[in-house]
Amino acid sequence: MTTYFNEMFENGAVRAPYRRLEDWTRAMPAELRQMKQAEAEALFRRIGITFAVYGEGGDPDRLIPFDMFPRVFSNAEWTRLERGIKQRARALNAFLADVYGRGEIVRAGRIPSRLVYQNEAYEKAVTGFLPPKGVYSHIVGIDLVRTGPDEFFVLEDNCRTPSGVSYMLENREIMMRMFPDLFRENRILPVDGYSGRLRHTLASVAPAKCDHDPTVVILTPGHFNSAYYEHSFLADLMGVELVEGQDLFVEGEFVFMRTTEGPKRVDVIYRRIDDAFIDPLCFRPDSMLGVPGLMDVYRSGGVSICSAPGAGVADDKAVYTYVPEMVRFYLGEEPILQNVPTWQCGKSDDLKYVLDHLAELVVKEVHGSGGYGMLVGPKSTAEQVEAFRARIVADPGNYIAQPTLALSTTPTFVNEGIAPRHVDLRPYCLVGETIELVPGGLTRVALTEGSLVVNSSQGGGVKDTWVLAE
Amino acid sequence: MLLTVDHVTRYTYDAPVRGVVQSHRLTPSQFDGQTVLDWQVSVTDGQPGGRFRDGAGDWVQGYSVSGPVSEIVVTVSGRVETRDLAGVLRGHKESIPPEVYLRDTAPTAPDVSLRELATRGAGQGDALATAHALSAAVADAIAYRPGVTHAHTTAAEALALGEGVCQDHAHAMISVARLNGLPARYVSGYLFAAADGTPHEAAHAWTEVFVAGLGWIGFDPANRCCPDERYIRLGSGHDARDAAPIRGIARGPGAEALDVAVAVLAADQ
Repeated sequence: MTTYFNEMFENGAVRAPYRRLEDWTRAMPAELRQMKQAEAEALFRRIGITFAVYGEGGDPDRLIPFDMFPRVFSNAEWTRLERGIKQRARALNAFLADVYGRGEIVRAGRIPSRLVYQNEAYEKAVTGFLPPKGVYSHIVGIDLVRTGPDEFFVLEDNCRTPSGVSYMLENREIMMRMFPDLFRENRILPVDGYSGRLRHTLASVAPAKCDHDPTVVILTPGHFNSAYYEHSFLADLMGVELVEGQDLFVEGEFVFMRTTEGPKRVDVIYRRIDDAFIDPLCFRPDSMLGVPGLMDVYRSGGVSICSAPGAGVADDKAVYTYVPEMVRFYLGEEPILQNVPTWQCGKSDDLKYVLDHLAELVVKEVHGSGGYGMLVGPKSTAEQVEAFRARIVADPGNYIAQPTLALSTTPTFVNEGIAPRHVDLRPYCLVGETIELVPGGLTRVALTEGSLVVNSSQGGGVKDTWVLAE
Repeated sequence: MLLTVDHVTRYTYDAPVRGVVQSHRLTPSQFDGQTVLDWQVSVTDGQPGGRFRDGAGDWVQGYSVSGPVSEIVVTVSGRVETRDLAGVLRGHKESIPPEVYLRDTAPTAPDVSLRELATRGAGQGDALATAHALSAAVADAIAYRPGVTHAHTTAAEALALGEGVCQDHAHAMISVARLNGLPARYVSGYLFAAADGTPHEAAHAWTEVFVAGLGWIGFDPANRCCPDERYIRLGSGHDARDAAPIRGIARGPGAEALDVAVAVLAADQ
C-alpha cells in the first residue's frame, strides 16, 4: 500500500503552514460550506471563466470545479521552489539560444542530436536568429508534483504558451471576496502583480527597431479556442489589445493593427497560437489564424513574438530528460528541482523495461498534452494495459514512461466533508530583461478519490495556492 | 560562365484585392560556384519589407503592396558568373545542421514504392555513390513529361504515374535519399537551357544531398547530372513550397491568375 504525503497532516499533527486553516474548517458547518460553494460557483459563472474540453464532447463551456480549501506553502518551501524554477527557466532559454545558434550542447554530446534537430518542434526558419534579450520562452510554466516534505519533481516544462494563469488570479480573487477574514488572519503573499509583471516582461523584449514605448498585443485564435477567456482576461488586466490574425497586417518592415484611428504599429505580440499557424507564408499555407509575412518582419527585427517560434523544442517529453543536464551545462550548477526518472521507449533497453513493467508505470505520448493518450498502469484494467502495449510496440519512439509517483494530497472539500486529494502545481515564471516569479501558481486537484490525473480535461479541479509571508 | 536572367511573374486578380504580402527568395547567394555581378528585384507599387539572410544561407526579402490592386508584376533581372563545381556547394555560409533535413514533409513522405526505389541506393559503398545511384534510379522511374502533375503532387503520386517535372524528380530524390539516411533538400533556381534539344525548364528545381566530408551536393535527376555552370541557385527548403522563390497571399476575394516568363541566357556567347 503506497502512502502519500499529506501536506496538512503529518504523523497526526497539523503542519505549520496549515495551522490557521484548521480553525477555519472547524468553524465552518456543512451548511455554510455548501452555501459558500454555491456562491463561488455563481461567481465563476458570472465572470464567465469556463474551460472547454478537447475531444470529449459535452458542454464546451463547462465550469472547471473550484475547491475552496487552499493549498499552502511556507515561505521557506517557496523560496527553494522559486530558486529551482528560475534556474530551470534560465537553463531552458539557454538551451534554445544554443540549439538555434552554435549547438554546443549537441556538439559536446550531452544530448542526442536527433532529439533536437529531427524534433517536429525545431524550426529551421529561426536558426541563426537571436530574439531580443536572447529570450525564447517568456512565460515558462513548470508542472511540479510533491512526494514528501522536501521532495519536489518536475513533471513537465511548458515553454510555448502555458495556459491556466487566469485561474491562479481568479481563484485568489474569489477566495478573498468570500473569506476576507482568512486573508486578515494569514499573511499571504499577493499574486495580483502578475499582469503588471507580464506586461513589463513583454515590453522588455521589444525589437531593435522599436524606438518608442512598445505596443503590446495578445494574438488569439478566436473565441472558439478553449483558452479564449484567458486571452481576453489577460488583455484586460494588462490594458493591451486582444487581436485576431485578421486584425493585424504586414506593411513594409513592420506589423500594424487596424484601429478606429487608423493603423497602429505593433511591437510585441504575445501569441496564443501555435507556430504552425502564425504565418501562412512561412508555415502552414492554409492557416487563416495568423498574419501573412509576420515571420519576415520578426526575423528582420521589426516585431517580437512571445514565445519565440521554435521554443517548443525545449519542452517535449523526450527533451525533458535532458533538462538537468542543461542546468549543469549552461549554468554550471546542480539542478535544484529533480526530474522524474523517465524511460524512453525509443531506446531498446528502456522499451524492454517498460513493456516488462507496464502495469506499474505511467506512459505518455512524447507530444501529448492534457492527459490524453496516456496510461496510468496501476489504475488500468489488464485489457487497457494490453491495448496500450500494442500502441507502444507499433511506435516506440512516440512514448515515454515514468514511475507512478506518490503524489502528495491536500485536504479537499468533498460531498462527505473533507478528504485528501492528489494535487500538482504549475507556477508561471516570467523571463525578459529580468526573471520573475509571482509567489503562487495554479494548483490542480484530482477530485476523484484515488485518482492521480489532475488535468481539467479529466475531471480535475483547481485551488487557490498560498505562499505565506513568513 | 556569365549568365543573365530575366524573370517576370505577373499576378492578375479578377477583382481588385485589398493588399498583397509576399516573401521572396529571389536573390542568389554567394558561394564558390556563383558570383552575383548585379541583381535587381522589383515589385510594382511594392514596399520592401525586412531583408535578411536565413539559417540556410538564403536571402529572404519581404514585400507588401497596398491595394486596391488588380495586377502585380515581380521582375527579376541580373547577371551571375558561374563555375562548374560538379554540384558541390562549396563556400556557402549557412548554419542549419544538415540533420534537420532528415525530416519528411507531406510531399516527400515515403510509400511502399518509394521505399522499394530507395533500395537502389543500397550496396554502393559510400554515400556519394549511393546518391548518384538514387539520382539515376529516380530519373529512370519518372520520365520527364510536363502537364501530368501539378503543384501539389507528392513524390509517391509522381512515382505511381511514372511521369512528372523537375519538382517531382526533386521530391522523389529527397524522399529516397532520406530513406538512405542522407539529409536532402529541395533547391529552386534557374537553368540555362542550351540549344541541345534536352528538355529543360529555365525556372528549375533540383535536390541537394548532404554527404559527410564533402558537404551539400546538388543532384538533378531531371537532367541526369549534377548542377554545373549552367545552374543558378536561389534557395532551399524541405520541399517545393518551403523553397519557393515567391510565397504570397492576397487579401480579398479576387481569384488569382499567374503568368511566368523566364529567360536565362549566356552573355558571353
